[in-house]
Amino acid sequence: MKPAPFRYADPDTLDEALAVLSAEGEGAKVLAGGQSLLPLLSMRLAAPTTLVDINRVPGLDTVEVTGDGVTVGALVRHNQLLGGHRDAMAAARVQPLLARATANVAHPAIRNRGTTVGSIAHADPSGEMTAVLALTGGSVTVASPAGVQTVEWRDFFVGPLETSVHGAEVVTSAFFPALPPRSGTAFAEVARRKGDYAVCGAGVVVTLDQDRRVERIRASYLSVGLTPEVHDLTDAVVGKPVDSADWAAAGALARTLVDPDADIHASADYRRLLVAVLTERTLASAAAEAAARATVE
Amino acid sequence: MTTKLFGEPVRRREDARLIVGKGRYLDDIGHNALAAAFVRSPHAHARITGIDVDGALDVEGLVAIYTYEDLTGPMAEPLPVLIPHPQLTAPRTGYPLANGEVNHVGEPIVMVVATDRYIAEDAAERILVSYEELPVIVGVDAARAAAHAVHEEIPDNVAARHHQQTGDVDPALAASPRTLSFTQYIERSACTPMEGKGVHAKWDADDRSLRVYSSTQASTSVRAAIAAKLGLSLEKVEVIAPDVGGGFGVKIVHPWPEELLVPLAAIALGQEVKWSEDRREHFTSSAHERQQRQEITVGYDDDGRITALDVHIWHDNGAYTPYGIIVPIVTATQLVGPYVIPVYRVVVESVYTNTVIVTPYRGAGRPQGCYAMERTMDRIADALDLDRAVVRERNLIQADQFPYDHHLTFQDGRPVIYDSGDYPGLLAKLRALVGWSEADALRNDAAARGKLLGIGMAMYVEGTGPGPYEGGHVQVLGSGKVLVATGLTSQGQGHETSFAQIVASELGVPIEDVEVTTGDTRRFPYAVGTFASRAAVMSGNAIALAARGVREKALRIAADVLEASPDDLEIDEGVVQVRGVPGSSIPLRTIAVLSNPLRYAFDEAAKQATQFAGPGDDSKPPVSPGDAPGLEHRDYYSPIRSTFASGAHAAIVEIDPATWEIDIVKYAVVHDCGNVVNPMIVEGQVHGGVAQGVAGALYERMAYDRDGQLQNASFMDFLMPYASEVPDIDIDHQSTPSPLNPLGIKGAGEAGVIPGTAAIASAIEDAVGRRIAAMPISPTELYDLVRNDDSELTEAYTRRSGTGAMA
Ligand SMILES: Cc1cc2nc3c(=O)[nH]c(=O)nc-3n(C[C@H](O)[C@H](O)[C@H](O)COP(=O)(O)OP(=O)(O)OC[C@H]3O[C@@H](n4cnc5c(N)ncnc54)[C@H](O)[C@@H]3O)c2cc1C
Repeated sequence: MKPAPFRYADPDTLDEALAVLSAEGEGAKVLAGGQSLLPLLSMRLAAPTTLVDINRVPGLDTVEVTGDGVTVGALVRHNQLLGGHRDAMAAARVQPLLARATANVAHPAIRNRGTTVGSIAHADPSGEMTAVLALTGGSVTVASPAGVQTVEWRDFFVGPLETSVHGAEVVTSAFFPALPPRSGTAFAEVARRKGDYAVCGAGVVVTLDQDRRVERIRASYLSVGLTPEVHDLTDAVVGKPVDSADWAAAGALARTLVDPDADIHASADYRRLLVAVLTERTLASAAAEAAARATVE
Repeated sequence: MTTKLFGEPVRRREDARLIVGKGRYLDDIGHNALAAAFVRSPHAHARITGIDVDGALDVEGLVAIYTYEDLTGPMAEPLPVLIPHPQLTAPRTGYPLANGEVNHVGEPIVMVVATDRYIAEDAAERILVSYEELPVIVGVDAARAAAHAVHEEIPDNVAARHHQQTGDVDPALAASPRTLSFTQYIERSACTPMEGKGVHAKWDADDRSLRVYSSTQASTSVRAAIAAKLGLSLEKVEVIAPDVGGGFGVKIVHPWPEELLVPLAAIALGQEVKWSEDRREHFTSSAHERQQRQEITVGYDDDGRITALDVHIWHDNGAYTPYGIIVPIVTATQLVGPYVIPVYRVVVESVYTNTVIVTPYRGAGRPQGCYAMERTMDRIADALDLDRAVVRERNLIQADQFPYDHHLTFQDGRPVIYDSGDYPGLLAKLRALVGWSEADALRNDAAARGKLLGIGMAMYVEGTGPGPYEGGHVQVLGSGKVLVATGLTSQGQGHETSFAQIVASELGVPIEDVEVTTGDTRRFPYAVGTFASRAAVMSGNAIALAARGVREKALRIAADVLEASPDDLEIDEGVVQVRGVPGSSIPLRTIAVLSNPLRYAFDEAAKQATQFAGPGDDSKPPVSPGDAPGLEHRDYYSPIRSTFASGAHAAIVEIDPATWEIDIVKYAVVHDCGNVVNPMIVEGQVHGGVAQGVAGALYERMAYDRDGQLQNASFMDFLMPYASEVPDIDIDHQSTPSPLNPLGIKGAGEAGVIPGTAAIASAIEDAVGRRIAAMPISPTELYDLVRNDDSELTEAYTRRSGTGAMA
């Protein structure tokens, strides 16, 4: 389990990184935290000709929080969005889903090196942050020699472990829009072992109207489908008062909308069951949060 | 007395070294060695039609490539069947490198040696092997159906039909007031030590001698195997087990192909060569254990007492049988556990499959036997509406029945005669420890929280410390240092500490003066190995005997010098003292100097000794006949038969009826391994065992697909539990010393793992009211079970539902 030979570059600037990437062509790969890429190399499941290590590129390690949302730089490690970290606390005021989901990503050692953006660029449909980007309606910023562009999540995720990013392109940040008013979120997952990729996970956003009735519900799931999907579950409970809405009905609806695969850890049916259960459970807690925020606002 | 350390929770002296990275594991040795990598079969069953190495030849740094064609003499023969048995009628072993056919994914075909491991893997990747694929057998049921043969000449796939019986079971069953029959399965898992296997070899061309380091549990036998296979004289080969990062059984198998091939290359190339197994290799090329299909029929009376037991097992032995039928025999003989089984018949058919070989993994067949017996107890209790603990209690061997002869033959060829024990005592302690009688209250409480709670228990008896022998050498140096050596190896069990405790106690020296070496053939060439919970029993007793020999000699010399009777002497803190006569004493280190009549005065110790040296007796030679220079003694312990440890575990699980996640909320262990050398180390062994028991019950399995591809050959998908999945463990001890050995100890290494699957299956069954007949079980499988209208409900569930308690 040793990687095949590759060249290694650790440029000091983004321009230099892009230059190396374009010079090396399709065989080159960006290296961020290495927590997904290096295992693939060691198992010889991937054999890039060149690794372009972006860890020395300045300015990519910041978390910017505005009223519109949270912008996470390409070198922000998972741990920076977690728990007591200053950036995490600022981000949580605008978009609490980030920290909630990140708490489920891997283990401390991996979170110390692995990056949120790397997770998104890796595009694993079992990853927490891919689902969160989709659920919040987020986007990424992609730099290429031709310039910088914003790519909406829907256009970014192409397939399992596949994104629209190719060749001389670096994702410089991911943007997670702020939680809308009168809204609450929750995130939960079932994993076989603590910190493992989830057998199934769910993130939800509940938005209430002025009368504390359900206005909108969206949900996104982990390990369900080939790319992150966002499902609108509003119909199941629309207009229901927050305290008496039948969240199980929303769970039942979600179950009919997903088309999960089976693997050695779970049958497709079991994943459907979890979609329903996790939807019901997360909605109850997201709705409570929405109600609390609605009161404050 | 400060030196009586036997039985004390002395902190493990090896830990500081191991924890701060000062351990010396296989891969820490030989930084400049050439590296070996292997081309291994991607197919589970195939004929090799060609090997094309051309593509690899221009890889810079390539040194050598070996295929079967390059093997000669004994190396070209199949690997040995280590433990033949008359009932192993169709043994098969592989070759060091495949000879025309492969029988499992991962079987080695080509060895590549290069300047480093990266380059070796680059070259290996460019070697093209062509195959003609053959039909694949995976799993006991397919092996048994025998639509295809794993080995062409064995059409029924049966390697061995192991059979034992203690009476005529058919009439006994016919005469039984009641009978019940059932079939159940248990899956494959594996040892998965933190450190994989590994071999480093260095050939001294001038001395024509070979030094091999191997991450092994049996260095003396690896040495003998290398000498035999490579045609070397034994005294020219030394094998050392350095620090070994866990074994759990897989490293007792020998010689592994790599243990022969790496030395072969080192000799041929005249350079150091090393191979460190990687994790994927460990999954697909070492060993697994535990898959069995068990068909059980039991006869019993209205009180739940067993009258007859008939067991037919199909045991998946994988592609080859290098380790004979040890695991089937252990299952067959340990199955009976702590119970009186008036008439018992067992047949274990050991069958071939196109999967990795099956050899002992901690427990070595016992978890399966325990699962068979304990689930039988549960079924009887269920059928009779009796408390599961009560049924067990009624069948237990009583404390006054020892020695208890089961009339079976154990894996070491000796009778299964339990030496001592108190099984009712274990059960009583377990019930108290786990709160068996409060289970219904807990169940109701959990139900109020929306959870299903269940409780289960399992008991076991474990034959530990089988022979034939182990040896110990103890030597006191003039510096006062006490050197202790035994041939068996250590894989993290704390031998350095517990063996030092034994010697410190026996000899009366400070433990700081004692240095222990294990697994180094230069220090002790005769040994059997570390397996079957035998280190403390076998080497512990051998070392104690060796220490007693030293003590006797020391007292004899001291008695001479101090002009006292040896009976009036005592040793404490390394000083021999005439009891009750202050000032009349001599340090042990001085006796060590005196013990050697040749004393050049190199150091203070020798000078000091002169004052004690009496005038020589001209009528006697300086070394008397039968005596030897030096204060040292070598001794062996060879038991008449195994000693039998025992224990009982109970688990309480809570199940989420929405997600079917299973949570062990309490795990209780009562443990009896006779006299305990170090209770802290024993508890550590129990903890590790329970972790592996939980692993085998809820998490781990080898997920082979129908083509014989292992789908989870990494820790990403093979779910070895983390600390977060292992429950807190409550332990209570009981001690019934073994009458068979001087120290009265029984083995403790494997115990913790044995009852896990049985106890947890019982608890889950109790919680969900559905029969659990296949383990391990995961949430997705439990979900399938509970929503399957055909799955069997337990009687207890039906009764409970009837009373509304569970509604
Ligand atoms: C044992 C283990 C458990 C794990 N468990 C989880 C889990 O539960 N949930 C989870 O989500 N993840 C999990 N991970 C993965 C972890 O979160 C990784 O950190 C993350 O997936 C990738 O981030 P990275 O910075 O390490 O990326 P890298 O490994 O460096 O890169 C991953 C991929 O993304 C590309 N890439 C990275 N950054 C950029 C960029 N800025 N622009 C363009 N392309 C880029 C790389 O070229 C590569 O293809 C686990 C990993 C391990 C080893």
